[in-house]
Amino acid sequence: MTAPVLSVRGLTVDLPKSGDRPHAVRDLSFDIHPNEIVCVVGESGSGKSVTAFTAMGLLPKALKPSAGQMLFEGQDLLKMSRRAHGALRGKRIAMVFQEPMTALNPCFTVGDQIEEIFKAHTNLSKAERKAKTMALLEEVRLPDPPRVYASFPHQLSGGQRQRIVIAIALAMDPTLLIADEPTTALDVTTQAQILSMFKTLKTTHNAGILFVTHDFDVVAEIADRVVVMQKGVVVEQGPVEEVLNRPQHPYTRQLIAAVPRKRDGAAPVLDEEIALRVQGLEKTYHVAGTLTKKPRTVHALHPADFTVRKGETLGIVGESGSGKTTLVRCLIRLLDPDDGAIWIGNRNFAEGSRDSLRAARKDIQIVFQDPYGSLNPRRTIGEQLIGAPMNFGVGRDVAWERARRLMKIVRLEEEALYRYPAQFSGGQRQRICIARALMVEPKILIADEAVSALDVSVQKEVLQLLADIKRDMGLTILFITHDLRVAAQICDNLIVMSKGRIVERGTVDDVFGNPQDAYTRQLLGAMPGRGWEAPDLTGAPH
Amino acid sequence: MLRYLMQRIGLAALVCVAVSLLAFTLLNASGDVAIAVAGEEATAAQIDAIREDLGLNRPLPVRYVEWLGQAVQGDFGDSLFFRQPVAELIAHRLPNTLTLAVMSLAVMLALSVPLGVAAALWPNTLIDRAAMLVAVMGQAMPNFWFALILIVVFSLTLGIAPPSGSATLGHFVLPAIALGYYSTPPMMRLIRQGMIEAMSSDYIRTARAKGIPTWKIVFKHALRNAVIPVVSLSAVQFGNMLGGSVVIETVFGIQGLGFLAWESISRMDLPVVQAVLLIVAIFYVVMVLLADFINAWLDPRIRIQ
Repeated sequence: MTAPVLSVRGLTVDLPKSGDRPHAVRDLSFDIHPNEIVCVVGESGSGKSVTAFTAMGLLPKALKPSAGQMLFEGQDLLKMSRRAHGALRGKRIAMVFQEPMTALNPCFTVGDQIEEIFKAHTNLSKAERKAKTMALLEEVRLPDPPRVYASFPHQLSGGQRQRIVIAIALAMDPTLLIADEPTTALDVTTQAQILSMFKTLKTTHNAGILFVTHDFDVVAEIADRVVVMQKGVVVEQGPVEEVLNRPQHPYTRQLIAAVPRKRDGAAPVLDEEIALRVQGLEKTYHVAGTLTKKPRTVHALHPADFTVRKGETLGIVGESGSGKTTLVRCLIRLLDPDDGAIWIGNRNFAEGSRDSLRAARKDIQIVFQDPYGSLNPRRTIGEQLIGAPMNFGVGRDVAWERARRLMKIVRLEEEALYRYPAQFSGGQRQRICIARALMVEPKILIADEAVSALDVSVQKEVLQLLADIKRDMGLTILFITHDLRVAAQICDNLIVMSKGRIVERGTVDDVFGNPQDAYTRQLLGAMPGRGWEAPDLTGAPH
Repeated sequence: MLRYLMQRIGLAALVCVAVSLLAFTLLNASGDVAIAVAGEEATAAQIDAIREDLGLNRPLPVRYVEWLGQAVQGDFGDSLFFRQPVAELIAHRLPNTLTLAVMSLAVMLALSVPLGVAAALWPNTLIDRAAMLVAVMGQAMPNFWFALILIVVFSLTLGIAPPSGSATLGHFVLPAIALGYYSTPPMMRLIRQGMIEAMSSDYIRTARAKGIPTWKIVFKHALRNAVIPVVSLSAVQFGNMLGGSVVIETVFGIQGLGFLAWESISRMDLPVVQAVLLIVAIFYVVMVLLADFINAWLDPRIRIQ
């Protein structure tokens, strides 16, 4: 085997004294060889991003590497002067970031921003720089390179911007490419394209790629070797085939067991009673013309019809811009639909003023995506929980009693009621949000991307919690997600949305096994890690 | 882009008309010019005669249209006190005020940009605190007092700058420092905030990852983004310097617009006050317009939808 591009030996990075542990990463060792993708996998706080940023020399000032080596082509990056490390950046070591929407400077054209790297590292003439930039735009398969060259970032989509960032990273033909969750913020179809691009790059550029991710399906899709990190420590590493199919460490096993998968088993038997009937629900936005824009009309939601039976979990799946958010907002009347009916029992929720709906609102409750923004930071959990039932005339004592009971149901301590949101982790907060929604004993619970912001193992717990609550309380759930895998795990039936229309509906098995619509097939085809069946780890020896 | 420009210009023109209307009606409602002109000893008949003479007995809308019609052609009537055309008075004073405003703006930017950038690059350090101290002092000191200190130190003690008058550009140095320093603090804070935000943004991280030298990251990538709100505030500050420099003009004996307006208000010299108001307002609107255009040029998100 050739010499490694990057060889990390005993790397330790200290956290500031206020941190929850002394080290961001401790005694970390791994190698990356040319023409190899090494995936560093872990949940939030595992130290995977810190590792990536240490190699780039872009650590925040508060974090200091205190021991170990990071040998890049034989030189220790940690002992290098800032200037010398800076000279490697972009030239020999390049990086692709998680959030493409903000990764480019809004004030300069794409062409400028790519050419800049040639200005910094070469003596090429203006014409040569432009020619090279054009070639890069071709390589990352952007349509119409001359147009993209002259475009500003805000004129391009997230996927296109990520291609630009990748183009910048490839510009100087680096030997080490670091990618920090580069596809996490992208839709699944775009993700598939970017992942396949990384696979190609590995060979065409003969680079070593350090790919940071939290998603084992992505690992299965592209990795050659895997490093699993937990709380700053490597718990397991090895060839991808080995780690994914025969994980040794309990934490790896736990993570792999948490990978969302379609359940096997017979089609669910559903109650005949209909909990929610949506008929011809429709929403069109009329965007008024501004000083510089022409007025336009956006059909965010074409007439939609569906029914949800009591005790059913209906998944509504779609990528960004598919209309699922508009649908949800109309359902709970945060938006007024243009037309159509929403029958909950005998009541049409689409009719009447928002005020007149107040009493009916307790029938349909929602849990939002962001568990951090959904709770008031200045009030205790208990106060926030009892508010809703008290609005509907429940006495304070009764409401408190209910809050205590719900804390048990969402598996939190009763003391949690007396604490503030900042004292909880994301997963705990999402459970509190679920408890809050359940406080008014709704008939229907909408989970709007409710697990999307959570780590896989936490996501698994919350999904399990939802399933248990549904079973125990006879709840009907609308589960909104962009992730088919998660939908498949928890839902009975699925609706696939695209461009404001319902393009596919059926049981999970139907949709996965025999998709009718071209878009559904495309979506299924784009799911990462399809070649990998997560092993059944129950009962295997530890 | 062209449409954007045209719409902005149209809007600006509308604002100017509205200001003129407001100025004209409010000033005429604020007191009787005829009484002021006639003096305290005048009889009712004399006052009526003056009213007749000045055309003050005609309806307000008629007078407004007439005044505006003439003003558009550069004729603001005659001053009631100086007995000479207002246009001449203003033509004489405006250059002084403009020179002072432009130089003050330069002083303000020369102080606030480096201070703001330095404070942002080393936030919560001694540098940041020192920059903030300089700024807060500027805000806390009454500007006439600071102006007096400048005169004492630089004119009387060191003798390197003239204490008053407006004969040469040199005469404007001390007033510009006094006026510019006073407007520095809000600007400095804005730049500091903008730079801190810009420096912690993702695109700066991308620029670092590209291996761009630090000075270029700061002055090209970050400052370009941080400076956008600064342009708008500069326009507003410039307007304030035009209209609000009375105190400084008085201390340094500069015959400027602010001073003229103040004098004329106390004399109920309405034609002058109206004209000064309109001209300051037009400058203000033009500056804001200019700021919009500069911002559109700086920020492609405004320019290209």
